[in-house]
Amino acid sequence: MKSLLSGNEAVARGAWEAGCIVATAYPGTPSTEILENISKYPEINSEWSVNEKVALEVAAGASFAGARALVAMKHVGLNVAADPFFTMGYSGVTGGLVIVSADDPGMWSSQNEQDNRHYGRHAKVPVLEPADSNEAKIFTRIGFEISEKYDTPVLLRLTTRICHSSCLVDLGQRKETDIKGYVKDMKKRLVLPAHARVLHTIVEERLKKIAAYSELFRYNKIERGDKTLGIITSGVSYQYAKEVFPDASFLKLSLTYPLPEKSIRKFAKQVRRIIVVEEGDPILETEIKAMGIRVTGKEKIPLCGELTTRVLRDSFFKVRKSRKKEGRIPPRPPVLCPGCPHRGFFYIVNKLKLVATGDIGCYTLGALPPLNAMDTCVCMGASVTNAQGLEKALGKDFSKKLVAVLGDSTFFHSGITGLVNAVYNKGNLNLIILDNFTTAMTGHQPHPGTGKLARGEQGKRIPPEEIARGCGVELVRVVNPNDLKATEEAIKEALAYDGVAVLIFRRPCALLVKPRTPYRIDPELCNGCRLCLHIGCPAISLISPRGREKPLAVVDEALCVGCGLCVQLCQRDAIVLTEKSDA
Amino acid sequence: MPKKIANTTNIVICGVGGQGIILASDVLCQAAFLEGFDVKKSEVHGMAQRGGSVITHVRFGKKIYSPLIEEGTSDFVLAFEKLEALRYAHYLKKSGRIIVDNREISPMSVLVGQADYPANIDRELEKSGKTDFVDATTVAVELGNMRVVNILLLGVLSKYLDFKRESWEESVRKNIKEKFVELNITAFNKGQTS
Repeated sequence: MKSLLSGNEAVARGAWEAGCIVATAYPGTPSTEILENISKYPEINSEWSVNEKVALEVAAGASFAGARALVAMKHVGLNVAADPFFTMGYSGVTGGLVIVSADDPGMWSSQNEQDNRHYGRHAKVPVLEPADSNEAKIFTRIGFEISEKYDTPVLLRLTTRICHSSCLVDLGQRKETDIKGYVKDMKKRLVLPAHARVLHTIVEERLKKIAAYSELFRYNKIERGDKTLGIITSGVSYQYAKEVFPDASFLKLSLTYPLPEKSIRKFAKQVRRIIVVEEGDPILETEIKAMGIRVTGKEKIPLCGELTTRVLRDSFFKVRKSRKKEGRIPPRPPVLCPGCPHRGFFYIVNKLKLVATGDIGCYTLGALPPLNAMDTCVCMGASVTNAQGLEKALGKDFSKKLVAVLGDSTFFHSGITGLVNAVYNKGNLNLIILDNFTTAMTGHQPHPGTGKLARGEQGKRIPPEEIARGCGVELVRVVNPNDLKATEEAIKEALAYDGVAVLIFRRPCALLVKPRTPYRIDPELCNGCRLCLHIGCPAISLISPRGREKPLAVVDEALCVGCGLCVQLCQRDAIVLTEKSDA
Repeated sequence: MPKKIANTTNIVICGVGGQGIILASDVLCQAAFLEGFDVKKSEVHGMAQRGGSVITHVRFGKKIYSPLIEEGTSDFVLAFEKLEALRYAHYLKKSGRIIVDNREISPMSVLVGQADYPANIDRELEKSGKTDFVDATTVAVELGNMRVVNILLLGVLSKYLDFKRESWEESVRKNIKEKFVELNITAFNKGQTS
């Protein structure tokens, strides 16, 4: 049977068919739907972990027990999980361990476009690169098989166009696997220097064996075509290359670390010239050049940005100039939703002209005009620690104008350690947790602050305010961010306070609550002062009615969810509830 | 264009995050699959939601490689908003067709008066290719649910695709909650007969 699946759905299906028993992840675009789909299978014990390091370590523990385990994350998540990733490279596995990294070329939803194939080489872990959903499913199963056969974790490397593209996938049935059971093996799992020295030599031998396997691996395959041009490629780049060079000979690589050197040499002898088509860094190209084979690659194909058929065609052929009407069309960046509970806080930050170290989530959109209320965004949790560093360099007075801002899910991910650090090191941190009861940006996954688990059942709820108090913070306030006066007062109290203060602005994500009666603006009372536009609500705009000099503000009643933030700004009481309130 | 992919149908679906664009592409893909085609679809999640500009690529034919449509090769641009239609009009091939809801949604820069919504946008669109302006939102509101705009627009598209009616209906049933199926099929019919 065939079904249309996205790459992420296909990985989930592949894990299920392969008898995977434990799955973990932290949400991150473009990887999120992997665990969302896995958690629908009752046979797999799945969880949203608090961060990627935790997720990988839990999966590693399951592997110690002899169970097949999968862990999924976005590319930068593997930076967080790098520590256990490298050690697992030495330690190897008992139950198969597949680590899924979803890279984001083009940075559709990320702070960089790091090419995580480097991690395979760096940690000496084999890398599989599917070119579509069907391969994503098959390679998930093969990943477990390689993992167990060669006693190694396997990195399944996806990209946005694999994760979020759909194609027809052949569905199979689940093949149950046995949990081998836990057997103590200190030389393998207690990675002390003495053990690690032995393990390292084993790892190098293992890589040679996998390289030999790579020569015979049926998905590293030659497609015979025109002998004057050979294309060596992997992943989604294969699809683009097939359209740009339909007649060429192809060596399509799927196990891209370690590389099948003999197969590459054989292919090189069959064709007159070779182009290496790869998105991101010249990883295949560098390795193949090191074999002494002449190839064309990144001197033609861009290093930066997403590869597409057009970009590839443009690299080798004269193509007609793009008819893209750039510059003439106003951009439409994403915005905080109407009724977003983060909006009030950012309005006050802007009003008080504070420096705000920021973090990663929906609330990063608070950096955009007209709110302009965020100064930095480095990585998950860095809001907390960047603020502490600013204070260390510039002194306590600077912290009177400084707030660190992160969301509830990010706080659990990696904000807590920074908070402990600030309390311990006598900082004057003003930590703001924008608590909307969900991981909103990635599509509303639960986290410890919600108490809900991946499969919907109730777990233990851990309120951030209790964590803050437990860390020794004495000034902890929970505030409603839709109340601008209370919001401003709480921020001022925190700024004036000596020591670490934690403010939790708590209000559920606007997409998770039923809209309330919308507001409208009375055109007789509105004088066009534009104060209500300062909150950057997409439901409020200006119109120019006939016979009036100044444009007036109007509320789009279809978008307004009745949060009432704008009402608190209007000096003329022009913003009133619509008639629906009478019903 | 190489012969092998010349019989491929390419459809760009675009609009503003939250308008039901991804569901529309799911329904279209499923229908194409039921027609026996190889199908690929590509979309982007995350930052593109939250009222941002959204584009999905749908391709079907005998054998599809790239999940992305190359600019200048799309048979259709199915747009839920005029500015978004114009933003992605460069994907259209010369003989292609734009199907666009007669709807204007201002981005933040226009709302706060920093930029202008393009004047004469209808004429601009017509310069890019044959254009069907459809009062999809208006009709959807008349039907009692703005959310059926996506299926209504697919109804308009169906006039140009040689799909069996059963394929469309089965796809709607597969992708849409049961209690909304009848309403969506009504919307589809409205689009098809528009």
